[in-house]
Amino acid sequence: MEPVQQLINGLSLGAIYALIALGYTMVYGVLRFINFAHADVFMLGAFIGYYTAPLVPAETVWGGLAVLAAAMLGCAVVGMLIERLAYRPLRGAPTLNVLITAIGVSLLLEYSGQVFFGATPRTFPELFPAQRFTLGSLVISSNQVLVIGVTLALVAALQWIIHRTRIGTAMRAVAQNPRAALLMGINTNRVIAFTFGLGSALAGAGGILYALNYPSIDPLMGVAPGLKAFTAAILGGIGNIPGAALGGLLLGIVETLVAGSALSTYKDAIAFTILLIILFFRPAGLLGKRTTEKV
Amino acid sequence: MTPLLEIANATIRFGGLSAVSAIDLAIGSGELVGLIGPNGAGKTTAFNLITGVYPPSEGRVCFGGRDLTGLPPYARARLGIARTFQNIRLFGSLSVFDNVRAACNLHRATSPLHALWRGKAFRDDEAAIATQVDALLEIFNLGRYRDTPAAALPYGEQRRLEIVRCLATRPKLLLLDEPAAGMNPAEKTELVALIQQIQRQFHLSILLVEHSMRVVMGVCQRIAVLDHGVKIAEGSPAEIQHNPAVIEAYLGEDHSENLAHH
Repeated sequence: MEPVQQLINGLSLGAIYALIALGYTMVYGVLRFINFAHADVFMLGAFIGYYTAPLVPAETVWGGLAVLAAAMLGCAVVGMLIERLAYRPLRGAPTLNVLITAIGVSLLLEYSGQVFFGATPRTFPELFPAQRFTLGSLVISSNQVLVIGVTLALVAALQWIIHRTRIGTAMRAVAQNPRAALLMGINTNRVIAFTFGLGSALAGAGGILYALNYPSIDPLMGVAPGLKAFTAAILGGIGNIPGAALGGLLLGIVETLVAGSALSTYKDAIAFTILLIILFFRPAGLLGKRTTEKV
Repeated sequence: MTPLLEIANATIRFGGLSAVSAIDLAIGSGELVGLIGPNGAGKTTAFNLITGVYPPSEGRVCFGGRDLTGLPPYARARLGIARTFQNIRLFGSLSVFDNVRAACNLHRATSPLHALWRGKAFRDDEAAIATQVDALLEIFNLGRYRDTPAAALPYGEQRRLEIVRCLATRPKLLLLDEPAAGMNPAEKTELVALIQQIQRQFHLSILLVEHSMRVVMGVCQRIAVLDHGVKIAEGSPAEIQHNPAVIEAYLGEDHSENLAHH
């Protein structure tokens, strides 16, 4: 049963990576750049949860969902503000300038976090009623079920938004050809802002779910998960939404399986080596398409 | 009577180079005007000026009596200016239906807030748009490709789809940028018929940039000629055909002889 237990743990961790990876991949889809501040929006999600938790009934489903919604909404607003203030003025600037700005915004959020929240790690409260389900030697916590369930629901909602709504059609149009979209009357600034908001909301949800499973939060907590989620997005095929979800799940499973083996000290090294091997055979990622570029 | 589109003394400079220099052009309601000139004459730049991709360094562009200065491209599209591209710019992985539907979002009866609770008004609006899109696809014989990704269409049909997508924005002025590029003579004949059908059926003003004299002479009521960013002539197809400045700058003596047969 040990491998099955690790698989469930891996799915739970991978689901969180998937939520963060979706934000990276969505922004890349419409703007063709990596928003490195995204991992710090994930951190803000956890802190919004930390500060709103006392305002709702403790360990209740409705209270927990209210905190989750607050974190998603707060992060969506932050994401849209970052886009408006930091990235929009650089629209059309060389990619390197935008990349450096993204790193700058990331550092600003991390160290502002240390100023406002303090550098000392804090214990994240229990938001939902805690239960453990046992099946022989298999133990599944209610938080793990919650993480996987919420992630599935959010990914399904995201797919629905992208393929079944007018803003989704506009997002796909902007991702395909921004100038043509603009000249068809699509307000590309609004679509890009919405994309940032949506991606950041998912990161906020990821922050809450991560903090529920690893209940120690601090202003630098986003760095490692952010890096792994970024890798997951590339593994799945950057710009590809199902790919980001698949990449996140796969990375979480590989990492947990290695952590449960005798080689646990090298879990990150082994996990990343496996990813490199996959990318060697699938350079565009698991679900990415290889494209030729006219020069 | 106020022209629908008026370009007054417009200049666009890139660095020290003038791509378009002090051009004047007016297009009346329901008029079909051609814009011709050699490569690099500034024709596409003129389109970019009208659609707001580039602001004028000097002069102004008015549409329906309104100065468009400072208005972004999407806002100009809402006023009724639509364009196609020299290199087809469809949303390749979106279906034919979604390509046209994306353009229909300009004229909706409901706001984005309605999308949240998806009430009857919203559902009716969605149904109305789907009906409009399907009707447009049928008119232009694209119905059979409804659910096909745009990138999978044959070249001629992609051109047609791009024009249909423009029409979905309900334009008053349609800018066609070299629609006959890459077409064989039979396809060009079809294109001429298509442009005439569009003008008849949708009562549009059309500004056509085209290298194919066969197309320009076949459909345009009036032609303006650009050379090195300057307008060197304007008049009826017959006048342009025999204008010495045009012949020298663009057509060449032999070409002029050929045109006499159109």
